Amino acid sequence: MAAKPLVHGPQQPADLLLRDVHVLDPRAGIDARHDVRVRAEVIAELGAPGALQNDNGEEVVEGHGRHRLLPAFFDPHVHLRTPGQEHKEDLETGTRAAAAGGFGGLIAMPNTDPVLDSAPLLRSLRDAAAREARVPVGFLAAITRGSEGEQLTEMAELRQEGALGFTDDGRPVQSAGMLRKALQYQRLCGGVIALHEEDRTLSRGGAMHEGAVSAALGITGIPTISESTMVARDAALASYEDARAHFQHLSCTASVDAIAEAKARGWKVSAEVTPHHLLLTEEDVRGMDTRMKMHPPLATDADRRSLIEGLRAGTIDCVATDHAPHAREEKEVPFEQAPMGTTGLETAFAALYTGLVLTGALELGLLVERMTAGAGLFELPTPRIAVGEPADVTLVDLEAEWVAGERGWESRSENCCFAGRALQGRVLLTVTAGAVVYRERAFSVVASR
Amino acid sequence: MNHLLSIEDLDRAGIERIVAQAARFAEVSDREIKKVPALRGRMVLNLFYEASTRTRSSFELAAKRLSADVVNFAASGSSVEKGESLKDTILTLSAHKPDAIVLRTPWAGAAELVSRWCSAAIVNAGDGKHEHPTQALLDVYTLRKRLGGIDGASIWIVGDVTHSRVARSNIIAFQRMGAKVTVAGPPTLIPRGIQALGCEVRFTLDELHSANVVYALRMQRERMSETWVPSLREYAAWYQINGRRLGPRQILMHPGPVNRGVELSGEVVDSPQAVITAQVEAGVVVRMAVLYELLAGTREPQPVPERQLA
Repeated sequence: MAAKPLVHGPQQPADLLLRDVHVLDPRAGIDARHDVRVRAEVIAELGAPGALQNDNGEEVVEGHGRHRLLPAFFDPHVHLRTPGQEHKEDLETGTRAAAAGGFGGLIAMPNTDPVLDSAPLLRSLRDAAAREARVPVGFLAAITRGSEGEQLTEMAELRQEGALGFTDDGRPVQSAGMLRKALQYQRLCGGVIALHEEDRTLSRGGAMHEGAVSAALGITGIPTISESTMVARDAALASYEDARAHFQHLSCTASVDAIAEAKARGWKVSAEVTPHHLLLTEEDVRGMDTRMKMHPPLATDADRRSLIEGLRAGTIDCVATDHAPHAREEKEVPFEQAPMGTTGLETAFAALYTGLVLTGALELGLLVERMTAGAGLFELPTPRIAVGEPADVTLVDLEAEWVAGERGWESRSENCCFAGRALQGRVLLTVTAGAVVYRERAFSVVASR
Repeated sequence: MNHLLSIEDLDRAGIERIVAQAARFAEVSDREIKKVPALRGRMVLNLFYEASTRTRSSFELAAKRLSADVVNFAASGSSVEKGESLKDTILTLSAHKPDAIVLRTPWAGAAELVSRWCSAAIVNAGDGKHEHPTQALLDVYTLRKRLGGIDGASIWIVGDVTHSRVARSNIIAFQRMGAKVTVAGPPTLIPRGIQALGCEVRFTLDELHSANVVYALRMQRERMSETWVPSLREYAAWYQINGRRLGPRQILMHPGPVNRGVELSGEVVDSPQAVITAQVEAGVVVRMAVLYELLAGTREPQPVPERQLA
């Protein structure tokens, strides 16, 4: 079964002339200044700076030869909290946050209330997204009913209804036998099996990474083997069934090693990593700030460096934010009581640009590649800047400095682990499915004359 | 000092200042009228989210001996059971304008969090498995009284370190006072990474004889159901401090309450080496010193609590 396209709300098609922008698309092999025309939902024209004329009263956006025009980012791991937890986020606020972060598409996780485990629920969600979503949205359905690990969902019917794949993210499948059945069933229905890896007999009761900081704070730790042993186990299961598995939010060296080994053997595995695991460590948890509490937990600096190297080398295929909004009152409690998760859509690019590109750990082109690669992993078209391609682009000012959260958030929640940090690189404009879905507030669009 | 949230808030000089003040208050406890007017008109609120008899009554007694007004607020049977958050409880109780809040909770970091929500001085009387700074201070006081000084002493902390806030505060405090600290216990109850605090780790008591001070931790019975150790019997066989293991010149400490026959044999509890009741006695004078340090004289006005998240 082929994947259904993503869904989004009604949008006014953009008619834009992006004048003298620095186009950077590593896949298309472009890294140069251009004029770019967006019309009728596609990239209509590319020309040398000054070559394209403002012909029929379209909006003109000045790139001044320095703002970068990138393929729009894609986030394969977002919690939109709908249905059931709209006090944290909903389809509209979550996709608005995505647009503000330069994302042109995303995949929502099924750990909602109720869990997205049936075709009627998926249909109603896709219908709602077709009314409310600012950027195109796809959905993963649960692997097991209620994500309880007991019985498979009706995976084939869910696929027909548009599920991009399956995951029990947040309540991972513990039983190898159950996961094996899902991997077998994938032969019938297709779709990617996405795995949040955590052996609950090892992680139970834990609120942060097990190590020097948890020992000092007296907070029960989660050992990295809770993740890495399950990565190794499930990669072996996927290989045995010749199935396609995607490993979510890797957090430690041993997991990167397990994926590297699986890939070396030619197994059909892929992996993602979050900005927070690439940039923060257990030391950031020392102040017991609940925004630093997430699953998997922030680990050591050695783990962080392994993740960066894994992303650079391609062992890790893409960046995913695991955007996990929680209401203020839910996070404004003692650390051990707080729910797991940080928001991430609005800060992902700037945090990674500041923390990895400006420090020389990763080239900008590679970061752009990894922030857009998620779509292809789920059998969706990858955004590309070329004439005739769908207009999915993001314009960023790499010199702009800002403080995360200083002007509030588009997300309904504010539990961002980067809040208050000085960042460089700001999304000015996001165009997806041919429509302008975000304009930076202070960014002036020059009206045509 | 505006709050006592962690023993880390105190450098060696700070610990010595409080211990010296406690020694002056010890004289008050020997008077016929065991009261001084130092904190008259001040209000101390005891807010306890965990059952505690000895720590709470110790703080209560300390505050009363300084002539402060004391209000006890236990979390059970209160608005907390009706679902009120810690923050709202603090904001509500702050309306009574307490000068100090003595806080015991099962959650690490709660005392620090509360210090940002109200203007009272916060005394951490135990936050989860994190810290119990006044216990560390009273242990330093007790040891100094017994040994004269702690510099260079070898102190072994024995037992369930993983679940012990006393262990964490004491490792820091004893080292700050110049002692060398070793923690010993079953590998399942010594947290991975504890060496980062500067202590040594042992899994047997083979070298216990090298210690000047043996500090036994309480072995909680509920740990058995979670299979941290195979049985209390086996735990006692390997880690109980008894007459065979405790040397005549070693000092024995324990934060209480003692499980006789588990972490300590009855004979050592009753032995002259044990300073367990002296620790309890020290509790009152040390807590008097802490409250006095925080509340006596002029206290810097605290900023209005911030609205935003931690």
